[in-house]
Amino acid sequence: MHPPAESPAESPAELPAELGEIAADFRSATNDLKLQLLLEFSDELPSLPERYAGRLDQLERVDECQTPLFLVVEVDEADSPADRRVHLFFDAPAESPTTRGFAGILHAGLDGLPAADVLAVPDDAPMRFGLADAVSPLRLRGMAAMLARIKRQVRAKLPAA
Amino acid sequence: MTGEDPKLAAYAHPERLVTTQWLAEQITAGRIGGPDGIVLLESDEDVLLYDTGHIPGALKIDWHLDLNDPVTRDYVDGARFAEVMGSRGIARDTTVVIYGDKSNWWAAYALWVFSLFGHEDVRLVDGGRAKWVAEGRELTREVPTPQPVEYPVAERDDAPIRAFKDDVLAHLGKPLVDVRSPGEYTGELLHMPDYPQEGAMRGGHIPGAKSVPWARAANDDGTFKSRADLEELYLREQGLSPDDDIVAYCRIGERSSHTWFVLTHLLGFESVRNYDGSWTEWGNAVRVPIEK
Repeated sequence: MHPPAESPAESPAELPAELGEIAADFRSATNDLKLQLLLEFSDELPSLPERYAGRLDQLERVDECQTPLFLVVEVDEADSPADRRVHLFFDAPAESPTTRGFAGILHAGLDGLPAADVLAVPDDAPMRFGLADAVSPLRLRGMAAMLARIKRQVRAKLPAA
Repeated sequence: MTGEDPKLAAYAHPERLVTTQWLAEQITAGRIGGPDGIVLLESDEDVLLYDTGHIPGALKIDWHLDLNDPVTRDYVDGARFAEVMGSRGIARDTTVVIYGDKSNWWAAYALWVFSLFGHEDVRLVDGGRAKWVAEGRELTREVPTPQPVEYPVAERDDAPIRAFKDDVLAHLGKPLVDVRSPGEYTGELLHMPDYPQEGAMRGGHIPGAKSVPWARAANDDGTFKSRADLEELYLREQGLSPDDDIVAYCRIGERSSHTWFVLTHLLGFESVRNYDGSWTEWGNAVRVPIEK
């Protein structure tokens, strides 16, 4: 059996596999469990590698988070587009676990993907985790801002076509 | 209970504040939680901060999820408030002690909302979470399971301590305190420095408002300034008097809860209202007067 064909304009763009699985986990969880999951992502957010430690001027500041967060994107140089993989680095204080949790989700879901896949992530992805009730829609703005800045940096770092 | 600390004893209502040392002693003595115990609440800007580790015995209360109505821009009603309190083991006569992040903004905000419902015995921890952490005191991720109790459905009584936009319009000409940062007061910024610039169509302040940023009432470690220092600031420098009718505001009412607490409980002013609509309402409202 085949699903009926739909034009891309009618069906919402899908999340990359890993990010989609994380979103499904969140959506199926109770509010308490969602916070627990978010805390795990906050705890597991990798710290900055040596080359960025103490050099926040090298990172872009995301002002839309309740507490500012810093991020930088690297894209592998390669001839084949599939090998132009994206690497994400974040810095946010331990006193801002919600912001760190959002960064952790994006890191777990997007780090290592080809640039084209990251650029294809729909802008409304942060709204697909069922988090509005658990953390309030107000606080979700930060994740949308992070995603927008990640995509902008990827675009800027790809070789000109 | 707090009379032994000379700094606290000097305030108009010293029973509204406790020290970290006093709190630590209550924890050691086993007085936190239980049917006759003190209920300790953490109220933060960040909804997850409590979960990363909190003072032993503390329960979480979230300003947005627990105290705001999910649909209308307003606080919860009496029935929902009774659930929030009862589920945390708080009875009408329970002593509630609140602390939080960001110099206790959200703790003061929660205390102010509790006061709208007439909860009598509610106190802040001077210096909040940051002071407790700075002193190297214990944090835990262990979440207590309180025994639910009945909390009566109390009608919210907004009028004495809460101002709405129309109240502020009628108040123009009488003392107003704008507790935002200087850049927000002059209209250069629409939010605090370092925060997203969002939420208002116009910048500036309510005509006649004095600029007294909330932080001027706090020491660097987040504790409140001494009564003498606060009197110097609000009475002598700003020319306010304890019998003035005063409205305080900020952006959404959390920083002005801090100032409301200072004026009402530390200095004993008798008529201070918090305008929680604050700049996100005034700066978006059509045809209200604005000064730059």
